[in-house]
Amino acid sequence: MAGPIMAVLLFFLVLPIVMIIVVSFWRATEFSIIPAFVWENYEFLFGSNVTYRVFFNTFKYAAITWVFTLTIGFTVAYFLAFHVRSLTWQIVLFLLCTIPFWTSNIIRMISWIPFLGRNGIANSTLLSWGVIDEPLEWLLFSDFAVILAFVHLYTLFMVVPIFNTMMRIDKSLIEAARDAGASGAQILWNVIIPLTKPGIMIGTIFVVTLVMGDFITVRFMSGSQSANVGRLISNDIALLAYPSASATAVVLLLTVLIVIGILLRFVDIRKEL
Amino acid sequence: MDAAHKDLELVAVTKRYGATTAVDAISHKFRPGGYACLLGPSGCGKSSTLRMIAGHESVTEGAVLLGGSDISRLPPAKRGTAMMFQNYALFPHLSVADNVAFSLKMRGVDKAARLKSAGEMLELVDLSALSDRLPDQLSGGQQQRVALARALITRPEVLLLDEPLSALDPFLRIRMRGELRNLQQELGISFIHVTHGQDEALALADEIVVMNNAVIEQAGAARDVFNAPRTAFVAQFIGGHNVVALPEGHFAIRTDAVGIAQAGTGTLQGNILGVEYQGAHVSVSARIAGDQEISAMIPEGAFFANPFNPGDQVGLIWDKNNLHKLTA
Repeated sequence: MAGPIMAVLLFFLVLPIVMIIVVSFWRATEFSIIPAFVWENYEFLFGSNVTYRVFFNTFKYAAITWVFTLTIGFTVAYFLAFHVRSLTWQIVLFLLCTIPFWTSNIIRMISWIPFLGRNGIANSTLLSWGVIDEPLEWLLFSDFAVILAFVHLYTLFMVVPIFNTMMRIDKSLIEAARDAGASGAQILWNVIIPLTKPGIMIGTIFVVTLVMGDFITVRFMSGSQSANVGRLISNDIALLAYPSASATAVVLLLTVLIVIGILLRFVDIRKEL
Repeated sequence: MDAAHKDLELVAVTKRYGATTAVDAISHKFRPGGYACLLGPSGCGKSSTLRMIAGHESVTEGAVLLGGSDISRLPPAKRGTAMMFQNYALFPHLSVADNVAFSLKMRGVDKAARLKSAGEMLELVDLSALSDRLPDQLSGGQQQRVALARALITRPEVLLLDEPLSALDPFLRIRMRGELRNLQQELGISFIHVTHGQDEALALADEIVVMNNAVIEQAGAARDVFNAPRTAFVAQFIGGHNVVALPEGHFAIRTDAVGIAQAGTGTLQGNILGVEYQGAHVSVSARIAGDQEISAMIPEGAFFANPFNPGDQVGLIWDKNNLHKLTA
């Protein structure tokens, strides 16, 4: 049983990663790539101020996006699991949540541009209502736009695992809590949130890895004014600087693995799998 | 605990779900400080009744009185009732002690005080040694005791138990029902226990309330209900009875009051359908005129002194005084 799966994993997961690690030690000049074992790519990476700023930016996007996707995702999942009584409606509303996924990420992202732009729908509406006197510049090509797009793209990755965990909570636990005199907020804090932790954790891993590995959203929505690690790598690739891109990728991979390792320390998700 | 018992009374309590009536205007006054069983087949409304008393189901019409005041609009925790759930509903993420102390935590009792009370409750149910375990690490019987301790820590006037023994294996069920009974006597508070098992109800209850089709068929002391079932349904459901249609009307007769004799003698003639050895008794079923089936519990010694086989023609005998007239 395990054989074919191991073969697939070996070929499509382990081998590429090994290749990236190997290439990260190669040497590159402006016009050639030379197999070698040198640390200069890493030295350059860790010696550059840009690296730290970009990594900081990546963490910032991940953290802010996490806060918003968690808040929205938890609320949506809570509504679906505990307020919508009939299974039919739960399924209908749940499928409704997935409809945006019928189009590609990039299309959903780009569709924000005419909405948020200087003469876009948002600005013209606010202008016509008299809320603002001149168009808001920070709506598009800004960190605001980047995070808005991330939240839009990835909230469902929070909703699904949290909803799934919530549906497994025995409804009689809620009654037992109410029988013990717990108020709605107390039930949420003492029963639902602790029991939903594994789902929150899985959603967190999805969102954090997706945001930290992203490059296209940042590029489009910031109008190339902000950078994250993914863009660093994609720029290197555009310049055919594969060794440098590989070194950055290895550092990013390790960073994400450390983050996930820390997250898994807090919550045991094995029961969910 | 509290010596002055408050009476629990149902006044024309009704529960409707849309067009269906789950509980139809039932009225009953429970004996204070007693052990009452709500007995009936599934879907008869017994669980809905319990949940209405607990406050986990709204009362469509009528009132639930505890100590003379209507509690039917109060939230569950303000009623003076506590509920033990069918699958115990223990919080899987909390230790045994924290489960028991949960309601005190909700009231803002500080940690030391609530764990001390929880410890006392756990002592009552003999589980002090396991207070740090998680519910997953307990057996069914232990989980049930935790659920009991958790329900009792609020010092309720009435403890409501929703099929508390159904999740246990038969051996444990018999042991736990003994423990429930002892606990009730020790605490002296009213227990209301929902069950579909007549043996459980007979073993436990001071008072049995038999429900069927959303109404109370009969209520009374366990012996009274067993010996004087009012309706054919009660006679059949409580077990140990035959219901026979005779020219004078419908009668119930206990299976151990029916004897068998040679064909031609006895009150009625029958044809033996089956013989089942049950240890102390032998259960004999016979078909009589009018395609009715009668079963007789014959003491083992008496049966084998004069055995019969399926297909034999026999006479069924009983004392006319043991025939109990049914009203419906």
